[in-house]
Amino acid sequence: MDNPNSTNVHPQNKNSIVRGLTDMFISLYKIYLFLAKFFKEVFLPPYEWNEVMKQMYQIGVRSFTLITFTGFVVGLIFTKQSRPSLAQFGATSWIPGLVSIAIMRALAPLVTALIAAGKVGSSIGAELGSMRVTEQIDAMEVSGTKPFKYLVCTRIIASSIAIPILAIYVGFVAMMGSYLNVLAGEGTSFTTFMAQVFEPLSFVDFEASLIKAIFFGFTIGVVSCYQGYYADKGTEGVGKAANASVVTAMFLIFMEEVIIVQVAGWFR
Amino acid sequence: MQKPKGHINYDDTVISIRGLRKSFGDLHILKGVDLDLFQGENLVVLGRSGMGKSVLIKIISGLLNADSGSVNVLGEEVTNIAEKTLQQLRLNIGFSFQNSALYDSMTVRKNLEFPLVRNHKGLRRAEIDNAVETVLDAVGLSQTINQMPSELSGGQRKRIGIARTLILQPKIMLYDEPTAGLDPITCIEINDLINEVQQRYKTSSIIITHDMTCAKQTGDRMAILLDGQFQRQGSFDEVFATDDDRVRPFYDYNFIQ
Repeated sequence: MDNPNSTNVHPQNKNSIVRGLTDMFISLYKIYLFLAKFFKEVFLPPYEWNEVMKQMYQIGVRSFTLITFTGFVVGLIFTKQSRPSLAQFGATSWIPGLVSIAIMRALAPLVTALIAAGKVGSSIGAELGSMRVTEQIDAMEVSGTKPFKYLVCTRIIASSIAIPILAIYVGFVAMMGSYLNVLAGEGTSFTTFMAQVFEPLSFVDFEASLIKAIFFGFTIGVVSCYQGYYADKGTEGVGKAANASVVTAMFLIFMEEVIIVQVAGWFR
Repeated sequence: MQKPKGHINYDDTVISIRGLRKSFGDLHILKGVDLDLFQGENLVVLGRSGMGKSVLIKIISGLLNADSGSVNVLGEEVTNIAEKTLQQLRLNIGFSFQNSALYDSMTVRKNLEFPLVRNHKGLRRAEIDNAVETVLDAVGLSQTINQMPSELSGGQRKRIGIARTLILQPKIMLYDEPTAGLDPITCIEINDLINEVQQRYKTSSIIITHDMTCAKQTGDRMAILLDGQFQRQGSFDEVFATDDDRVRPFYDYNFIQ
């Protein structure tokens, strides 16, 4: 009779588990090599500042409209939804402080990163994937032009710089959305609103938020470049690279959010 | 068209391959390949699809690693070469890809400038323009300078791909199926261009092809890759003077059917 507590696994399932684990460790090792190559190449000349600027511009332009709209709506809706609860305690004057803590500490970098993961991550993954399957990266390689430095390092640096800038912008736009609602509800002046916004915030809040956005930007850059640079299997591979860039980056962003919130809590 | 006589120096071997092996998993592609390419020679490599012809030139250019064996290119052992030396060596190797591999986000001018400005820092604008115009003139496509790759025909893309390699003035050219997917007239133009490059730039070339007209018009020597090894080498007539069922179909399909 079968023991219900037995941990016997069918040999076929065992093989697929072993294969899955092996693939996972191979992938981790490849990512490690990819990161090691990035840190080796990024500090060595020549520095591709023109390409970094071009990529930063691309990242900003690609996400600007959506980020502006989303940031504004987040600020507006968050304020509107918070009002009834605070009104029960007669504490609607706390709205600016509450909203600023939520937006500056968490929502601005997170919303920016999630939108950028979708817009920028998929675009980088597809662009590099397409270059890989059409042998454009090989063509750069054989002409001695160091495609890793030109294509990968520049995009990772650009997203690590551009996404924190976008996050600051989202914070500002979200507060404007919030102010619009506060003005309509309480008629608070802009000066009073801003004073209440900055009152509960400390330097650690800004610092943690900025560090978080840099990590998010770096993650989006690394994940999308890795997926695109090593894409294979033709056009199907390009689609998979774009998709995997978004899914993996979003997953890692949430993981990082949890970790950084914990760490920032110790310093606060 | 009759192939013009090249100035081949049989005392100078630019590529020397010995016992080259390459496998992908359980699939053994190259099983001990031996091959020499002499200075100034056009060597045509023939073989069925999937026999490892493209793998061979990718190993020569350092895009793929060999499992074992020796690949000596211009005096450097590619199978065991430092990254920096490989970068330098690659400046002497031009690789014309099957699908041209033009950078589709750049104009023709930018495509041609790209390898030049990145490998030769400090070039003046006039020198870059001059180099671009010279190679475009060599491939007969000066009028396309400001066009995007998507606006070019298949034959034009091939020519621009070749021009992009010529801008670095390589000593060795590797052509991966240069006439694949082109109409017969464009094929003849590409064959003429390959011969012109050999004469004008004094290059030594390996030409991977299935196209027997291309082989006959461009090759000084043929080598047939069969079952992971070069089975027959020699002039066009020598190679096909055989009843070998693995070799005859190449000739019969192109010239009899």
